[in-house]
Amino acid sequence: MDALVNKRIKQVLKGDQNAFADIVSLYQHKLYQVCYRMLSNKQEAEDIAQEAFVRAYMNLHTFDQKRKFSTWLYRIATNLCIDRIRKKKPDYYLDAEVTGTEGLDMYSQIAAKDQLPEETLVQMELQERIQYEIGRLPDKYRSVIVLKYIEELSLQEISEILDMPLGTVKTRIHRGREALRKQLNNL
Amino acid sequence: MNICPEHIIEHMHDYLDGDISREHEQELKKHLHTCTECKQLMQELSETIAFVKSASHITAPPHFEAAVMARLPKPKSRIGMQKWIRRHPLFVAAAVFCLFMSATLLGSFRDDQHFSVTKQPNLVVEGQTVIVPKGELVKGDIVVKNGDLVVEGEVDGDVTIINGQYMASSAVVSGRVEEIDEAFEWLWYTIKNSVKNAWTFADDGETK
Repeated sequence: MDALVNKRIKQVLKGDQNAFADIVSLYQHKLYQVCYRMLSNKQEAEDIAQEAFVRAYMNLHTFDQKRKFSTWLYRIATNLCIDRIRKKKPDYYLDAEVTGTEGLDMYSQIAAKDQLPEETLVQMELQERIQYEIGRLPDKYRSVIVLKYIEELSLQEISEILDMPLGTVKTRIHRGREALRKQLNNL
Repeated sequence: MNICPEHIIEHMHDYLDGDISREHEQELKKHLHTCTECKQLMQELSETIAFVKSASHITAPPHFEAAVMARLPKPKSRIGMQKWIRRHPLFVAAAVFCLFMSATLLGSFRDDQHFSVTKQPNLVVEGQTVIVPKGELVKGDIVVKNGDLVVEGEVDGDVTIINGQYMASSAVVSGRVEEIDEAFEWLWYTIKNSVKNAWTFADDGETK
């Protein structure tokens, strides 16, 4: 597959834009899946995954063909996802009073968002529940858990994608597993 | 669980990563046999992994590929151009040189919009019109810039009119008559002239 991908990359670099369609069709599901698991939103996942392909196309000349293309592509996509998650984070003050309510500050809102009531959780379908639990993980654990257990990538590859030392990846996976376990046990 | 050594939990994670030495694995197994709390923790962690792994595969929506292709910027011949430039550095250097040369020459063309004429004894100037009167003989070349030339007498030499009109009824001009109107012709004329000057200069140098 790598030989085919490299051939297509060379064609694109020579100016054949249509050759890029093959690259998109090879990796679209993987990339979309990562984005969806990271963002928990289909619309956003589609937008970010598309953006990742567009960026890959525009920066294709910087890609070192001796390396693995999927790693490079994952890296672009996870970076975009992490940026998006950071932008979504509220930058207002938590103790500011919510407009239109009396005595209700943001703490009460967040608490309500973070943990759904038990009866709702029990009624959730399994798939819905999995995404909900992944979405509750802090984003630094979420990215490693998604890459490790959903995409089933090796620790070495994850460390290249996220551009962090192998030791850090291990620590994050350990903490991520522990955090998930606690989330599931709290029922 | 609190009394269990910290490194046992480390071993659990290493085991789950599939990255554990045989020694550590035996130590872990021995411990799990004796400690129910750790056994429970180990089981919970395994279940957590199984839980995440049971997530179904998600596929991109059907129109995804077409949507990406539509978002790509229009292809440019930029890459081909760059290659070509890299292959022909001499040509690029020449082109750049010509560009700067013509820029300076055209610049001086702009500045040169005023009327001027070569000084010759028996020429009559009326406004922007230069007249060689009837019966007169002008010896030498005449160059008129931004004006017209009317020749009624005789000229013993070349006549050049830049940005003007040459009018002659029964004129006698012994040399060549040249009319230059457009910027490019003027450019050509300037280049030709400077080459000619350089030539004569070199010739003079040699004869001296």
